[in-house]
Amino acid sequence: MTNPSGRFGIHGGQYIPETLMNAVMELEAAYDHYKNDPEFQRELSELFNEYAGRPSGLYYAEKMTKDLGGAKIYLKREDLNHTGAHKINNVLGQALLAKKMGKTRLIAETGAGQHGVATATAAALMGMECVVFMGEEDTIRQALNVYRMRLLGAEVIPVKSGTATLKDAVSEAMREWTSRIDDTHYCLGSVVGPHPFPTIVRDFQAVISAEIKEQMLAKEGRLPDAVIACVGGGSNAIGSFHHFIEDKDVRLIGCEAAGRGIDTFETAATVNTGKVGIFHGMKSYFCQDEYGQIAPVYSISAGLDYPGIGPEHAHLHDIGRAEYVPVTDDEAICAFEYLAKTEGIIPAIESAHAVAHAMKIAPTMGKDKIIVITISGRGDKDCAAIARYRGEDIHE
Amino acid sequence: MSNIASAFANGKALIPFITCGDPDLATTAAAIRAAVANGADLIELGIPFSDPTAEGSVVQGANLRALRGGVTTDKIFDFVRELRRDVKVPMVFMTYANVVFSYGAERFISACRETRIDGLILPDLPFEEKEEFAPICHQYGVDLISLIAPASENRIAMIAKEAEGFLYIASGLGVTGTRGDIKTDLAAIVDVIRQNTSIPCAIGFGISTPDRAKKMAAISDGAIIGSAIVELLEKYGTQAPKYIGTYVKSMKDAIK
Repeated sequence: MTNPSGRFGIHGGQYIPETLMNAVMELEAAYDHYKNDPEFQRELSELFNEYAGRPSGLYYAEKMTKDLGGAKIYLKREDLNHTGAHKINNVLGQALLAKKMGKTRLIAETGAGQHGVATATAAALMGMECVVFMGEEDTIRQALNVYRMRLLGAEVIPVKSGTATLKDAVSEAMREWTSRIDDTHYCLGSVVGPHPFPTIVRDFQAVISAEIKEQMLAKEGRLPDAVIACVGGGSNAIGSFHHFIEDKDVRLIGCEAAGRGIDTFETAATVNTGKVGIFHGMKSYFCQDEYGQIAPVYSISAGLDYPGIGPEHAHLHDIGRAEYVPVTDDEAICAFEYLAKTEGIIPAIESAHAVAHAMKIAPTMGKDKIIVITISGRGDKDCAAIARYRGEDIHE
Repeated sequence: MSNIASAFANGKALIPFITCGDPDLATTAAAIRAAVANGADLIELGIPFSDPTAEGSVVQGANLRALRGGVTTDKIFDFVRELRRDVKVPMVFMTYANVVFSYGAERFISACRETRIDGLILPDLPFEEKEEFAPICHQYGVDLISLIAPASENRIAMIAKEAEGFLYIASGLGVTGTRGDIKTDLAAIVDVIRQNTSIPCAIGFGISTPDRAKKMAAISDGAIIGSAIVELLEKYGTQAPKYIGTYVKSMKDAIK
């Protein structure tokens, strides 16, 4: 799907300062080498299986299925991975790659903190230095994850510029990378940024759809009718979609964070409210004003609170291969509570956006249909914020 | 053909950077006139962007102050049109790719031509992506200015061969801003540039003192001063132009 210059249709590319060009080209060359290296792949599988706890389960949500009364629902349990989210897949891959490249220091951005925790974890495991940039606003929303990162030996730098959220953390990590490229790898957490990041991150996350396919064939003897995942930058979604892109009968649905609604300014639904632009190294859809100023976005979910979307998603939207639907804070919170009470699974508030959309469409589908929802992460980190939303103040 | 060559025709060029609308366009106009009256040879006009990823905290602050003040691309074109009644030195825009892209590349670049903006500096448009705007720039005679960084190494010759207007050499790694020692072997970079192009090259990033400007201009064709001027605007606001005039004179005297 990627052409040589890292394009997905018109999207993607390498819109970055000259200072970083040799660094991304070095990364691309290293990745091209190691992706076909059996020893690298063996080490990565071992990390996935022995350390991260893969494969993650594909769980038949029987109570939810019966309650909704339509399509059969399976949950892909990325929440059961080590560190509690899909982010570890990409991070183990990139950290291993960085180590092979001779880098000794990892830097990362984080929104909800899951990618930061995963990066800090991989750095601890592989004996690398780690610095995580996190919007100051998010360090408050996700204080527990800040502590986890520090516990793992990482330095967490609160980013005060701009809106002090995920986009500013990405900008600050890029600035840091331009100042120190020799020993440092920027471990980008989503399928965004300049080529080759959207491809590298997708390839490391594609294990999700490879497993779904194998597990679904084993359990049901056929492919699912729909795969649903939440989309911020879009790493768990592209990972969930990748091996189904050529299977045209499988609907691929990405759930964007609509915040307080796509008819308000307090939204982060990029495909539904944005337009094509160039930012953070890529051409893609972005929430922006008429002069191209990047819009301050909003979602209750710190992990989806990003004004752009990965270039491959932008392309899948353009060609109509995947659908991108908005899900509001309210809908996501109801789904968060619903999954907890119905299946005993507390999903990340990000993943709850995907659950919410499945709750809308499952009842409209026949009982012979099958939906897979990727539960990208666990929701422990969100409990305090959801309680506040419901008017309860809990002190941890 | 742009008018940029004329900026380098009378010795070393002094190139101040000023963000349009920081804190308002009247101050920007006064600052530009003060800079030109005191020897500026080319003005680098910043169009603010919400998320300037190649800038240090000082220029980030200027971008945000200008946007808060309500400046827009349309207001800036009107402003330049007015400014061009008396300001004759070459001027280039420095902004980010999305500002040009979202306005419509042809609409933006044709407006540059119409307002006699000589060139465009887009720090997030490297050599590999310049086709995004280069054909339209050529059509309208606006130079698309390339940057060279200490990390460019094997890329310098390739970039220099296709360079237009002038080459902007970043003195160090990282983002814009005043800094300590410049450790990069800039003379070696300039040597490679000279072997591959006859267009002038100027050095920017971290040039704040007359002494530093003198050293940088000695090994190249000019010095670009950005954050130091922005700091005067940050400190003195609407009163900054007179301080900018004095400062530009001290820098120009140093590189003569």
